[in-house]
Amino acid sequence: MMDKMIFGRYVPAESVIHRMDPRSKLVLIFLFVCIVFLANNMLTYGLLTVYTFFMIALSKVPVRFIYTGLKPVLLLVIFTLFLHLFLTKEGEELFRFGWITIYEEGLRQGIFISLRFFLLILMTSILTLTTTPIEITDGLESLLDPLNKIKFPVHELALMMSISLRFIPTLMQETDKIMKAQTARGVDFTSGPIKERIKAIIPLLIPLFVSSFKRAEELAVAMEARGYRGGEGRTKYRQLSWGLKDTAMLAMLAAVTLVLILLRT
Amino acid sequence: MNEPLVELKNVSFKYDAEAGYALHKVSFTIFKGEWLAIVGHNGSGKSTLAKLLNGLHFPLEGCITVGGIQLSEDTVWETRKKIGMVFQNPDNQFVGTTVRDDVAFGLENHGIERDDMVQRVTHSLEKVKMAQFLNQEPHHLSGGQKQRVAIAGVIALRPDIIILDESTSMLDPRGREEVLETVRELKQDYNMTVISITHDLEEAAKADRIVVMNKGQLYREGTPEEIFQMDEELVNLGLDIPFPVKLSKMLREKGLPLSRHYLSEEELVEELWTSHSKM
Amino acid sequence: MDISLQNVEYRYQVNTPFERLAIKDVSIDIPSGTFLAIIGHTGSGKSTVLQHLNALLKPTEGNVVIGDRMITSEKKQKNLKEIRQRVGIVFQFPEHQLFEETVEKDICFGPMNFGVTEEAAKKRARAAIGQVGLPEEILSKSPFDLSGGQMRRVAIAGVLAMEPDVIVLDEPTAGLDPRGRKEIMDMFFSLHETRGLSTVLVTHSMEDASRYADQIVIMHNGEVYEKGTPKEIFSSPEGLLKLGLDVPEVVRFQLKMEKSLNIRFSKTCLTMEELTEEIAAAMKRGAPK
Repeated sequence: MMDKMIFGRYVPAESVIHRMDPRSKLVLIFLFVCIVFLANNMLTYGLLTVYTFFMIALSKVPVRFIYTGLKPVLLLVIFTLFLHLFLTKEGEELFRFGWITIYEEGLRQGIFISLRFFLLILMTSILTLTTTPIEITDGLESLLDPLNKIKFPVHELALMMSISLRFIPTLMQETDKIMKAQTARGVDFTSGPIKERIKAIIPLLIPLFVSSFKRAEELAVAMEARGYRGGEGRTKYRQLSWGLKDTAMLAMLAAVTLVLILLRT
Repeated sequence: MNEPLVELKNVSFKYDAEAGYALHKVSFTIFKGEWLAIVGHNGSGKSTLAKLLNGLHFPLEGCITVGGIQLSEDTVWETRKKIGMVFQNPDNQFVGTTVRDDVAFGLENHGIERDDMVQRVTHSLEKVKMAQFLNQEPHHLSGGQKQRVAIAGVIALRPDIIILDESTSMLDPRGREEVLETVRELKQDYNMTVISITHDLEEAAKADRIVVMNKGQLYREGTPEEIFQMDEELVNLGLDIPFPVKLSKMLREKGLPLSRHYLSEEELVEELWTSHSKM
Repeated sequence: MDISLQNVEYRYQVNTPFERLAIKDVSIDIPSGTFLAIIGHTGSGKSTVLQHLNALLKPTEGNVVIGDRMITSEKKQKNLKEIRQRVGIVFQFPEHQLFEETVEKDICFGPMNFGVTEEAAKKRARAAIGQVGLPEEILSKSPFDLSGGQMRRVAIAGVLAMEPDVIVLDEPTAGLDPRGRKEIMDMFFSLHETRGLSTVLVTHSMEDASRYADQIVIMHNGEVYEKGTPKEIFSSPEGLLKLGLDVPEVVRFQLKMEKSLNIRFSKTCLTMEELTEEIAAAMKRGAPK
């Protein structure tokens, strides 16, 4: 079931985007989220769209892959479009059909806002499709490093994230196992009235909690035995390296931003 | 082999004040370079012993010294450098998202320089024959492979002692053999001291010495030959007797002139062969 | 109740890039009252076969006949509960499935899912807890306050209380100490004998397979590699050894001895008694002149 979900899944490939430092990717996404709001006319939106598709091309992730993964989100985008279409009552009246009236401003806003939404989703999926979760964690840890000064537990947070990532597949396997064991004891997870199905979750959830706690406990013991005593004095095995391509990518974004500012009305 | 490395003197321990003793007045010595098997049924106190040796708990009474240092809250990080542990559940000790991250975890904790770290990760993975799985994620590995990665994580830190805390009990026969074979090779290469906590008597038979635990107390210690003389007594302790010992006993009862209990099938066959050809 | 797998194939995640063939062309008959052992390495397809025995998985090819029901790839199966009640599975580390507040409730959970009244279920729980060798007082305790070995027994009692006709065991003794292992296996064997159950044991232990089973199936790479009685399987152990599987200690010793002394025993021994008998006889005969 989970295997069909593409959103947030790493697709290995050899591309500039894949090889970028996760920090520069994170910064890039963050800046992109900001500059999207600069666009306010056809030209600026056009530029952003071109930029986004250029990035997709660079990432070498098959478009089919992105499309199937985005299908569920697409519904949300279309919903946003209709919401604006029907609810904005400004500008010239364009079209009237029964109780529905569509105004010029509604169409404009609908298209722009849903496009903005769509571009944001595309860019963030490029990040998750080309960066392993652990790289994102490393990138975040490094970027948030200054927060250590105000005693924000950056290292602990990053470690927690990476351990959760490591245990997701293990817990999925476990869920499957317990479901089968309870099915063999007469539980029906897949059919029957909703009330029954909600009740069926309990024999699944409790064993899962119990085993997760046990795992957490054993893991803590194992980590201590392996000399873990917090972030202090720790060296790092994974290294991030900021290269020319990272600077270049950010420079390109800066250029796009500049043009955006010039073209917006 | 007579240089004491770990000494336990009258060690007692309780998990909470009201409960009974998990360990009661346990004393024994572990010598440098030996393979010591600690056997006992589930709940005999053998795993508590492992946790005490690694300073995950501290004795209520008595003391433990590791390499001349008395184990206490102040020295625990010092002694932990000397002891590496491999636990029972292969999944619950795998910290890294990939094989190499996991091996590096211990090195990072000890503040090893990165260049040195990279070398040690590769080297120790080669040692346990897992080098080709460098970037593999744990859920794609078998139990035996995960345990070998755990061993690589231990040896990367170059400890003097490796403790196997029922490390093979959740594995299939192939995984078990892989793990034991790996440890045997490492012991030889690095002259490591191995403490194996187990209820697998076949494995214990290959140890240099055996300590038998029962109800939190040391029941007996000795060489495998001495321990397996105990015979039915072992079964009463919830343990078993290795096959060659059982067979030699049954053959003797049949009236065959066997001089002693044999610990390996090879020895027994050899003995039978000798007497067979004499007849 | 008879179970029969006919040319069963199973693929995981059909029509995705992750599709994987787990078993193919597997045919196994389990007539009522059989004790069948399935052996093979991890990944040989044993667990997949096991999940077909009570329709947890539906074959992607072939048929599974369970009593008077036929499970095939086409039909959308309705009302599988009856099958699940009649074929009880004890999964590996069954203690992981415990969830109720008390041991009694947990044991009653299965039977009550199959429509047994609470009163009758409680009666079954008392019987089952005795069968697995635990005292009745334990019924009112929380399963999470028990030792690992006790939890295992409670979980097994939960399956026994369903009163299945067929009991399927997936490595039921994994992680137990030698005494616990022997007690659990002896218990299943005596249930098998006294109740006339069919028993299917999936195991790595050749000792258990040769001691308890009347039929052995060896799985390898998703296929049935060999099947037969323990005697048949272990009298030509070359196949097993080639697959890197163990043979029982007794068989292994006999092989070593025959080779080293250059003699043949009159039969393949499966028990230590037989083996000592044969060795003593061989020794009396003395070396071949």
